[in-house]
Amino acid sequence: MNALFEYLVRLGDDSLIIGHRLSEWCGHGPILEEDIAMTNLSLDFIGQATSFLKYAGEVEGKGRTEDDLAYLRFDRDYRNLLLVEQPNGDFGMTIVRQFLFDAYRKLLFERLIHSKDETIAAIAAKSLKETKYHLKHSSEWVIRLGDGTEESHQRVQDSLDTLWRYTSELFYADEVDEKLVKDGVIPSMEGLESAWKASVNEVLAEATLKVPDNNWKHEGGRKGMHSEHLGYILAELQYMQRAYPGLEW
Amino acid sequence: MANKEWPLWEVFIRSKQGLNHKHVGSLRAADADMAIENARDVYTRRSEGVSIWVVASNNVFASNPGDADSLYEPSDSKIYRHPTFYEVPDGIEHM
Repeated sequence: MNALFEYLVRLGDDSLIIGHRLSEWCGHGPILEEDIAMTNLSLDFIGQATSFLKYAGEVEGKGRTEDDLAYLRFDRDYRNLLLVEQPNGDFGMTIVRQFLFDAYRKLLFERLIHSKDETIAAIAAKSLKETKYHLKHSSEWVIRLGDGTEESHQRVQDSLDTLWRYTSELFYADEVDEKLVKDGVIPSMEGLESAWKASVNEVLAEATLKVPDNNWKHEGGRKGMHSEHLGYILAELQYMQRAYPGLEW
Repeated sequence: MANKEWPLWEVFIRSKQGLNHKHVGSLRAADADMAIENARDVYTRRSEGVSIWVVASNNVFASNPGDADSLYEPSDSKIYRHPTFYEVPDGIEHM
């Protein structure tokens, strides 16, 4: 197994799948301005996916492009977190999912900009700028909704309780990570989880939301073991390339 | 409550340093912070700007279109107010 390829696919798939989820809001946003904001975010993520998967294809050396990787793999070959494939639900659910992910992504990129791999460092530096805005946007919405009306508070609290089980996977690490850290390709991720908890707790406190005490963990995405939702995403994502191979427009 | 709309904001964008903020449109937002964020997403996504102002639309006071004759027409006949009688030296741009 090529650890660097595997790692890049994990990062790329996170961006690809959450980008696709956000694109599902196009034309369905609660207000015009937020509709545009979410599709903007979506495009940022698809751009990140393009960068990571393109580099993954180069590292693999089998001639696969970013499009081949995005559109022509089977579900078990996707390495994204379970969190990012969870359904959009209501707007609050989407915002909570985004917030939990953005908080992780910002801390991750702040480390990856110090990667000895120049391409990873460059993609991380570009993505970090976007991610800071994403986190600001999702945090402010979590606070507005959490500290909003009784109904909005209850809805985001329910979303938080539902999604919390997928957050331990943010810090999943296996032989892939170990090898890259050992080889000095990526910096150590020690302390990432505690930093994430501190940053998330701060916003949740301001939002008057309760940190779930449910410690049940739901993992598997990094090994290709997904929830039933990914298949539906891929059906839509891959339809054109499967039905009309090589189609361009 | 169900039908209550967020207030309207006027958006001004500075396209680059040294130029004035220019009115580009309006949007709805619950408060000024959200208005700035929405303006960022709605009006600067194609690199249109480096700075944003938002002003609550109800703070904008406008001249009355019905007064146009008395307000603006008198200046039409006063061509001497335009500095068009100077010769612009070579090499001066953006005049």
